[in-house]
Amino acid sequence: MSAVDVTVAPRVRTRRRMLLRLGRRPMAVAGLSVATVFVVAAILAPLVAPYDPADTNFGSVLQGPSASHVMGTDDLGRDVFSRVVFGARASLEAGVLATLLAMVVAVPLGLVAGYYRGWWDPVISRATDVVLAFPFLIIAVGMAAIFGPSLRNVVVALGVTAIPWIVRVTRGEALALREQDFVRAAIANGAGDRTILARHLLPNMAGTLLVQATVWIPQAIIGEAVLSFLGLGVQPPTPSWGSMLSAAQPFISLDAWLALFPGLAIFLATLSFNLLGDGLRDILDPRTRR
Amino acid sequence: MSDAGGGPLLAVRDVSVRFDTDDGALHAVDGVSFDVARGEVLAIVGESGCGKSVTTMSLLGLLPDTATVCGEAHFGGVQLIGAPAAALRRIRGREISFVFQDPMTSLNPVFTVGRQIGEVLRRHLGMSRADTRSRTVELLGLVGIPSPERRVDEYPHQLSGGMRQRVMIAMAIACEPKVLIADEPTTALDVTIQAAVLDVLRELRERLGMAIVLITHDLGVVADVADRVIIMYAGQKVEEAPVEELFAHPQHPYTIGLLGAVPHAPAAAAGNGRGRRRLVEIPGRVPALTAPPDHCPFAPRCPRADDRSRSEVPALETVRPEHLVACFHPGEREAVAP
Repeated sequence: MSAVDVTVAPRVRTRRRMLLRLGRRPMAVAGLSVATVFVVAAILAPLVAPYDPADTNFGSVLQGPSASHVMGTDDLGRDVFSRVVFGARASLEAGVLATLLAMVVAVPLGLVAGYYRGWWDPVISRATDVVLAFPFLIIAVGMAAIFGPSLRNVVVALGVTAIPWIVRVTRGEALALREQDFVRAAIANGAGDRTILARHLLPNMAGTLLVQATVWIPQAIIGEAVLSFLGLGVQPPTPSWGSMLSAAQPFISLDAWLALFPGLAIFLATLSFNLLGDGLRDILDPRTRR
Repeated sequence: MSDAGGGPLLAVRDVSVRFDTDDGALHAVDGVSFDVARGEVLAIVGESGCGKSVTTMSLLGLLPDTATVCGEAHFGGVQLIGAPAAALRRIRGREISFVFQDPMTSLNPVFTVGRQIGEVLRRHLGMSRADTRSRTVELLGLVGIPSPERRVDEYPHQLSGGMRQRVMIAMAIACEPKVLIADEPTTALDVTIQAAVLDVLRELRERLGMAIVLITHDLGVVADVADRVIIMYAGQKVEEAPVEELFAHPQHPYTIGLLGAVPHAPAAAAGNGRGRRRLVEIPGRVPALTAPPDHCPFAPRCPRADDRSRSEVPALETVRPEHLVACFHPGEREAVAP
């Protein structure tokens, strides 16, 4: 009976089913939409922004929102909306690149620690513990002090901070997967370590890693904002949400608009990625599947 | 014995396996020897934990690092036990392949079955992508999967348990191995699917001439497909005989106990108590294998046990033609006291 049922069951592609399941979660869809808006705005910034973000106009400084400047202008008469749009570039670049960097370093380490065990495991695990012991700001400030403040160093500092966490997640997944029957069966069929790692372990933890990425991207966006706020990140005249907040500080009582919009951008960007991550975790993790 | 021409395909000699656990050593297999001839079906029978699976997995180095394997296993001029990992990898899946018990979890969920079978073909035979596909479709047809050209692109979750086990078998026979080790291949399946999978195995043996080592605790399956039977108890081989001989003239009290614990449909159907035979169980449990035994391992559960059984380990002896048994008191009489 069951064999017959399966034979006639319509074949729905796995990816399409995933999208359908995501579609049933309004918060996840909202997260995905807002995140997409930010990504598109960052990529197409020169087309979206009505003004050059570095163009000063001393004839119209510290204006509130108006038809010509939807988010007003700052103390140098620059268009805040244009700066927020271009600021998305620095934020997303930091978020995506730092997460990518962390993944590229951490996933192989986690795989090796979890799959080979032996002496690899304690060595890698203890090394991650050591990195974990350094607070993010200490690493970032130290790097800025040694190498000078720049977006590249922000990315490295954020990446290094994320590495131990992703190593831990990858290692845990590898530990669980290596005991699976299909891995044992593949070994019995003559698969080597490379095949096991690349075709059996990695694809089966792809969902978990994707969720990790959506957790780390907002973390890194905040991290970038913090460092730029402190002047250790993106350097003027390149706009960044963090440095915009910092520049708005002296005018907070005069012109609250100036702080509101970059703050709102940080808030929405991180919230959207977090919502997307929650949604992805729900649909990819069979334990929370309903 | 060592020459490849007339000797057995696979000659296992005195294999012992010890696991080092936190609670001390565990002697899972103790000096087991057997031969596998070309094209024969050898059944290894025993209760859970008697070392059936461990014995066969030890041959290809599939046990975890905590296992220590001693003994010899000759296959085509190669001593398998202690062979380098690279040599074993070339044999695994190509010369000797495995089918495991649970088809639901033995396939990688993220790839199509075609891709998984193709992976084995490409790895061992270096086939091109196009050849791989046609061969995969052919293999799926061979193991009795309907419309294989469609199934080849399906994911494991789209197939039923019986279908998945057939895919596992297709994967195992992809390179036409000389020996197929099937570890409880039908245990996780329901009875009708079980029969179909056994038919597939039988047919493959005839068509491809490969030897099958069938690990099972199901004597019905044994009677159905096996040529020769090995009975294992507590990590030792206690009896070995051709299948008709074993069923007609069982010698070891454990074997007799196993046979008595199999329900017979005609007897059960004879109805209302009259002529019905009570199912006889073997009392007691398999002993803990924390030390190599200094007595017959079955003695604590055996009605024939005497002082000698409790102080010496019986050796395997030929009691009838082709019939080996390790017991001080072999014979066909009723083993379990009423």
